[in-house]
Amino acid sequence: MTAGTLEIRRDGERIDLVAAGSWTASHAHALEGLVETAEKAGPGPRQVDLAGLGEMDTFGAWLVQRLVRSGGGDGEASIVGVRESYRDLLSRVAATNRRTPRRRTSETGFGGWLRSIGRSVEGLGGELTTFVQMLGAVAVAIVRTLAHPRSFRLTSFVNQLDRVGLRAVPIILLVTVLIGGIIAQQGFFHFRKFGADDYVVDMVGILVLREIGVLIVAIMVAGRSGSSYTAELGSMKMREEIDALQTMGRDPVQVLILPRIAALVVALPILAFLGSMAALYGGLLVAWGYGGMDQLIYLARLREAVSLTHFDVGMIKAPFMALVIGIVACSEGMRVKGSAESLGLQTTVSVVKSIFLVIVLDGFFAIFFASIGM
Amino acid sequence: MTLGGANPAISVRDLVVGFGDHTVLDRLSLDVRSGEILGVVGASGGGKSVFLRTMIGLVPKRSGQVVLLGTDLDRASDADLRGLERRWGVLFQHGALFSSLTVRQNVQFPMREYLGISQRLMDEVTLAKLEMVGLGPDDLDKFPSELSGGMTKRVALARALALDPEIVFLDEPTSGLDPISAGEFDELIRTLQTTLKLTVFMVTHDLDSLRTICDRIAVLSDGRIVTVGPLAAMYESDHPWVKSYFGGERASLHFSAAAATEV
Ligand SMILES: Nc1ncnc2c1ncn2[C@@H]1O[C@H](COP(=O)(O)OP(=O)(O)O)[C@@H](O)[C@H]1O
Ligand SMILES: [Mg+2]
Repeated sequence: MTAGTLEIRRDGERIDLVAAGSWTASHAHALEGLVETAEKAGPGPRQVDLAGLGEMDTFGAWLVQRLVRSGGGDGEASIVGVRESYRDLLSRVAATNRRTPRRRTSETGFGGWLRSIGRSVEGLGGELTTFVQMLGAVAVAIVRTLAHPRSFRLTSFVNQLDRVGLRAVPIILLVTVLIGGIIAQQGFFHFRKFGADDYVVDMVGILVLREIGVLIVAIMVAGRSGSSYTAELGSMKMREEIDALQTMGRDPVQVLILPRIAALVVALPILAFLGSMAALYGGLLVAWGYGGMDQLIYLARLREAVSLTHFDVGMIKAPFMALVIGIVACSEGMRVKGSAESLGLQTTVSVVKSIFLVIVLDGFFAIFFASIGM
Repeated sequence: MTLGGANPAISVRDLVVGFGDHTVLDRLSLDVRSGEILGVVGASGGGKSVFLRTMIGLVPKRSGQVVLLGTDLDRASDADLRGLERRWGVLFQHGALFSSLTVRQNVQFPMREYLGISQRLMDEVTLAKLEMVGLGPDDLDKFPSELSGGMTKRVALARALALDPEIVFLDEPTSGLDPISAGEFDELIRTLQTTLKLTVFMVTHDLDSLRTICDRIAVLSDGRIVTVGPLAAMYESDHPWVKSYFGGERASLHFSAAAATEV
């Protein structure tokens, strides 16, 4: 295989472009440079001579076509010496690239910047509507299920409960024990300066029961189960499984989403309870090992410091947080489009958004409980 | 090196492929001549896709020999294999387009990998190839999820042809298309094959494809090739599966021949 060559000869007015060797994909890089030189050869009628051509493929044929069109306004060059077997390929390639592709407008500059801001603000409204729509759809599904209790997907519910509840227990216990321990350690370290060791127990008890216990567990559940809900529903959406369900007269919300959200709403309070207990236990271990506080004294202080109200405040929040996580996860799953990239994107969005909303919700609850004096 | 020589483009000898204790291909042998369109038929689950995937190295073989374009795949060095890989193109059964890339990027993907050419030339050749498979400039920036079944197959074909390969492997190229699109697609394969001097290895279920564009047909049954030859030879075969597959076809062929003479 000799490399492709291109010779530019001037024959009076006319420019002769003589191609030889193999004009194939492997030589396209070198040939491209030669063709560009020929395109800049100046005005004048051209003729392309292919008599010495060895092999040619689509790349070569297109480069020849570029030579043919290189005259610009002077009209197309004629081709001489074409071998019969290449005539077909040349004429097919000659028919292409006649219409220049319309590039999708990319937005640059100040206008584009403004437009993109406008679009995200508009998108914010869209996000809110999706959330409310999913909430409404779930409410409708609940009402329908109450009317026909047998239509509830019990097997699916139990299966989901196992996945998001039971299987999450070990990791949640581990993390919350550590968090409780860390809070207690920080407490002892700083409170000791004021001789306020005893109040560490108050701090651990109130903080864990009211805020940290449920918040940490909700964030972990959003990362662990919310993301898997989004990915599952998203890939079902991609493979048209959800459309198939719909054509069989089943409501995807009732079949797929309701059992998942119900499982979360049941599992999260249980996990939050276990997590809070584990955090208090972690506090006890640190108080005993690091703070030198007797275990019985820790328990006695705890009993004095916290009341049932603190416990209620934490527990009341849990199902609402579960609802937010479930609805965000499912509605993001349903927004997945055809591509693998969009599946990844929606899963990320689902986790980020549900953690954000859980924290915002926690803030509202704090204001609410403060104003009703709990 | 040049096409159309006496050497077969693909030569398979005593190929054995299996999964666990399930033998799918059992000492299969087949030659594909340079510049022909060979159609492979066989029962669903009979191992046609496995056969195709074994030849391109996606499924490991237990024993046997595969020679592609004169190179024995077992003896070839890694560099040889990489050189060889750009000389064939594959159209997978479901298109296998990269869902996060546009049509343009899908077709350019192999070019980027193997050729050091400018973006401008890549864009021009991409459009040329898309127009050759019947798509237009407006389809360049679409994503695979925005394409119909027929368009997906066309883009996949354009991607398979991106590097101007010598052999193309097609796995059921017309399945899932309506008869008119399937006919057009057959026509397209035939035109591209003559224009680009391709060797085509095509797995198909489509009797129309077999009749209109295949030079030869190979029947895969019980893990072996039981008959190879032009369509006429299929009617002569005594093999029970071949008989029942082409049996019904005979009547309809006669019918359409009769209808054609009447017009
Ligand atoms: N990766 C795999 N693992 C195990 N078995 C497989 C695998 N791929 C294919 N098979 C089996 O090989 C057989 C042939 O499959 P295939 O080649 O896809 O059939 P077809 O002729 O319809 O294309 C089938 O029985 C299938 O179950
Ligand atoms: Mg198959």
